[in-house]
Amino acid sequence: MTAPLLLAEFRDPDTLLAATRRAREAGLRDLDAHTPFAVDGLPEALGLAGSRLRPVMLLAGLAAAALTYALCWYGGVVSYPFNTGGRPLHTWQVFLVLCFEAGILAAAIAGFVGFFVANGLPRLHDRVFAAHGFERASQDRFFLAVADPQADADGLAALLDGLAPLSVRAVDA
Amino acid sequence: MSAAGEGLLPPGLGYGQLVGAVADPLMRGRMGRWYWTAFAAALLLTLVLVGSIVWLFIEGIGIFGNNTTIVWGFPIANYVWWVGIGNAGTLISSMLLLTRQPWRAAINRFAEAMTLFAVSIAGLFPILHLGRPYLSYWLAPYPNTMLLWPQWRSALVWDFAAIVTYLLFSVMFFYIGLIPDLATLRDRAQSRTGQVVYGILALGWRGSARHWARHDAVYRAMAAMAVPLVVSVHSVVGLDFAAGLMPGWQETIFPPYFVVGALFSGFAMVVVLAALMRWGFGLQSLLTARHFEAMAKVILAASVIMAISYGTEWLMSWYGGERAERSFLRHQLAGSDALLYWGMIACNVGAPQLLWLPAARRSLPVLIGISLLVNIGMWLERILIIWDTLSHGYLPSMWRPWHVTVWDWALLAGSLGFYALLFLVFARVLPVVSMHDMGKLRHEEGGSR
Repeated sequence: MTAPLLLAEFRDPDTLLAATRRAREAGLRDLDAHTPFAVDGLPEALGLAGSRLRPVMLLAGLAAAALTYALCWYGGVVSYPFNTGGRPLHTWQVFLVLCFEAGILAAAIAGFVGFFVANGLPRLHDRVFAAHGFERASQDRFFLAVADPQADADGLAALLDGLAPLSVRAVDA
Repeated sequence: MSAAGEGLLPPGLGYGQLVGAVADPLMRGRMGRWYWTAFAAALLLTLVLVGSIVWLFIEGIGIFGNNTTIVWGFPIANYVWWVGIGNAGTLISSMLLLTRQPWRAAINRFAEAMTLFAVSIAGLFPILHLGRPYLSYWLAPYPNTMLLWPQWRSALVWDFAAIVTYLLFSVMFFYIGLIPDLATLRDRAQSRTGQVVYGILALGWRGSARHWARHDAVYRAMAAMAVPLVVSVHSVVGLDFAAGLMPGWQETIFPPYFVVGALFSGFAMVVVLAALMRWGFGLQSLLTARHFEAMAKVILAASVIMAISYGTEWLMSWYGGERAERSFLRHQLAGSDALLYWGMIACNVGAPQLLWLPAARRSLPVLIGISLLVNIGMWLERILIIWDTLSHGYLPSMWRPWHVTVWDWALLAGSLGFYALLFLVFARVLPVVSMHDMGKLRHEEGGSR
């Protein structure tokens, strides 16, 4: 049984930030926010751990570059040595061009795929979509989402007193 | 908040109105007469492209003006020109993101779209120029019954790797940037079709702060990779020439010179398209005089670097003292196609100097005129690099004049038409300005509500 989802709706990102800090200080857990654009400072206010996608991208890029180098070396030196105007067979300088391109491509693919896997997307439905007025989360409204079993709508509204949320309600799952 | 952002956003426009300014023209569903006229013209030219390609496949590359001396001609010049235009979009988008330029928000989306379409078209030309285009997959390393490997030392293989990487990279970069805006369109769409189509494309994006954090991490990392990638792509194109042992080609300046040339023609193309978008979709409030002035300054700077590059080429040809190089330089400056060469100098170096005047940078007609001249000038540069060198190599008995055939022109015009068609479709179905970047800019500039 998942905890009920509470949504507090705000008109601007700065109030959302203040509300997020308050909710976190009050010890509420499983906080999230839904905003139409990336709000500076929001990951810190929510206490999100840094993304691990970049190291993955780096590793994928380096691995692909190394693999490409091995491919060039094997193809050009071992499997099919071909004398082009007396140039050495192991021409590492030009192999690096291909290693660079392959490395960038693999890092980008790793980032692209990792982004979707880590986010759990694509996804057909999420319970926040059931919330009335949630379609404005992608336009001009800023939502604080609380999925803490200890919290309820009245308590959250009392906590956010003075920040003038447009609404505070529980979403029917 | 910051003075740098002044004049980039219409005052007093809230987040909702910003989204509306971009999304509403898409949702209204009716395009004006200008749109359909342009669409019909672009479609007609696209048919010319298809017709030329079919005729090329039937008849072979003898339909072009290429001969045994001028082996490259129009197709490769078009390729280099299109890649150049394609280079600028991702470079603009990523470089301006990394350097935190507030004027990026309004132009990055269609600059990226411009890249995608231009690179796709560019990639066609080397394949079409192969005598046996159906064997183009031989460039890729794959286990084959002939037990052959691609020639890793060949610039053609580098080209293949660079273009494929760049195209796939640009698609991913474009799509990641587009997802939040697709969600906005899904939520704003009135029609069922719109909701379903944009809903599928948005992949269930719900603007979660966790997702945004990853979006930011991946997008910025990709932007940081895009800059060296773009530099490598046009450097590789420059190496196609520099690795050839011909007078006028074998120069170490080629890779950076090609990269700047790409930036130059790309920015000029962005100016032209931005002006068209602004007029066609009523985006005057989002694409302001400040944007055009910033782009004008980049064009001016690139033009000065081009001038230095031309000067360096001349100096090195003379100073190097080799007879073939000096003879080539004389041919370039005073030979049979010197008029085209001086036309190129006038377009690339002369015309942009007007932009030193603040009044010229702020005048849209002047800026568009200069941008069109720059694009023509850069195309002349691409074709002259090929014609001049190949028609005036080391062996005078191989010197040949060049001819242009109707199919050369048809393929070039057709590619322009296809480009326009892709862009018109893009502008009709996807937001031409990045709405989430505009929202973020609005927040950073301290505007609320």
